[in-house]
Amino acid sequence: MKREHPLRTAFRKLFQNRLATICFFVLMIELVLILFAPQIAKCDPNETNILLRLRPGFWASSDPKYVPEHWLGTDELGRDIWARLLYGGRVSLMVGFTATAIGLFFGTILGLLAGYYKHLDNVIMRIMDVLFTFPSILLALLIVAMLGVSVKNATIAISIWSIPSFARMIRSRVLQIKQEEYITAIQSLGATDFWILSRHVLSNTLPTIIVIATMRIASAILSIATLSYLGVGVPVPQAEWGGMISSAKTQMFQAPYLIIIPGIAIIITVICFNILGDKLRDILDPNLKD
Amino acid sequence: MGRYIRKRIVMMFFLLIGMTFIVFASLYLAPGDPAEIAAGPSATVEEVERMRVYLGLDRPFFVQYFTYLTNLFKGDLGTSLITRQPIRDELAVRLPNTLNLAVASMIFASAIGIPLGIIAAINKDSWIDNTLTTLSLAGISIPNFWLGSILIITFCVQLGWFPTGGMDAPFWTAHGFKQAVLPALSLGMQVAAGFTRIGRSSMLEVMQSDYIRTARSKGVAENRVIWIHALRNALIPIITQMGTSFGGLLGGAIVTEQVFAVNGIGSYLMNAISQRNYYAVQSTVLVIAFMFVVVNLIVDLLYSVIDPRIRYE
Repeated sequence: MKREHPLRTAFRKLFQNRLATICFFVLMIELVLILFAPQIAKCDPNETNILLRLRPGFWASSDPKYVPEHWLGTDELGRDIWARLLYGGRVSLMVGFTATAIGLFFGTILGLLAGYYKHLDNVIMRIMDVLFTFPSILLALLIVAMLGVSVKNATIAISIWSIPSFARMIRSRVLQIKQEEYITAIQSLGATDFWILSRHVLSNTLPTIIVIATMRIASAILSIATLSYLGVGVPVPQAEWGGMISSAKTQMFQAPYLIIIPGIAIIITVICFNILGDKLRDILDPNLKD
Repeated sequence: MGRYIRKRIVMMFFLLIGMTFIVFASLYLAPGDPAEIAAGPSATVEEVERMRVYLGLDRPFFVQYFTYLTNLFKGDLGTSLITRQPIRDELAVRLPNTLNLAVASMIFASAIGIPLGIIAAINKDSWIDNTLTTLSLAGISIPNFWLGSILIITFCVQLGWFPTGGMDAPFWTAHGFKQAVLPALSLGMQVAAGFTRIGRSSMLEVMQSDYIRTARSKGVAENRVIWIHALRNALIPIITQMGTSFGGLLGGAIVTEQVFAVNGIGSYLMNAISQRNYYAVQSTVLVIAFMFVVVNLIVDLLYSVIDPRIRYE
């Protein structure tokens, strides 16, 4: 009888959970919307129109100022909010995925080495400890402050900031795997360290990697939004959710929707990734703690 | 105990050295030129060069780093490139506001988050648990700058209950309390949600242990089992979380201070970044990281007092 791949079983279990399924589909819809942003949004996200400033959206459709073409309204420069939301989502998700992937790549390598080789463990983990002394976005801020403001630098900053926590979690998983008898068995058969690490250890850390990567995407998206809100993430006028909230600061009393709408986009995205991560953890790696 | 404390302090010392190295090196590697900033936009090439020598930037990397380190030990955090004032003095004026905000947020987060976590754990798998678990997930997913803006729109503008910003009194005074409520709420939300999650899982773990079963079989009242027997052990991971969260609060304060126009070290940092006031950026980052490390050391020591098992590891 052919056995089902464990990851496949995990995903089947995931879709038995209603909340996780909803989150998955919400993210899929979001992905489609932002991928086809040029087709879906009829307006250019950066096109300003002084005559159509601060027009309300569909919730005030009886208002004579409402323009059906801009169904989510326009911002303080007359730019279409729907278009900015879609194009902004592109940046948020792209930075979220890229930064997580880069952080994951280096974090996994460092975690594997630290967990497997005792003599490297102290060196690597003490360096990670030093990076851990910069709380929350402080390290990312320091890097951006030194490199300058751009999407690329923000991505680098967020990925460096996520390396230590990846490395720490992978390491503790590797330490467990190393104790398993089959590793000793392969070692005694004369397999090289590279073979053991890449074929056996890495594939067994995969569940841990999937769980923390999912949750890390959520915090990476929050971080890029935060950096942009602080004015050091995505440079203006390029649309990004946190940046949209930041530029609406001066208008927030006349036009609160300018703040509410991008905020809801951030929250929905982050919540979905967090719920998926939570459920995946329950299924794949119940011992993993936050 | 003495050995444990000594070991922790030695470790902290090396962490701090590593931290200063990263902060210093990041400035050194930065493409910008502090001498140019200090000399001002209209300076000639000679003036910039003179400034470079004056600031000691013409010397080798390790000489510069060593001077920097000895100055730090003397308590000298450098001079602002823009105002020419000692950065230590500029930070000292602003630090109380940031600490006021962070402590108020921590009190709010503990008072809300920990009890909710325990309530979720004792009602495991009921609708109460499910609601609280979902709410805590929402709590960690809401950006604090967004929450802050929404709170301002609702409670300051629509209802007029609180001032829109500013902070000039500690939160335990009537005036300071009014100023601190909304910032503490928006900054503390994520931490409170984190406490609920940790509190729930650690309480669940403790409730399964043998000594709880023994207590129950002896006929100890359920309330006493939960709030006296179980809580003491369940608090241990929560206290560790408090240490890490304090860092999160200090980092988050950078954002919250912007939203509520608080004149703290976070605002100072953002100002320094936009003016490319490199030395001020360096020192502020260092001060925040330093506080984080010290708080974590205190938490670790506290931890070994509560849980004697740690000391003998």
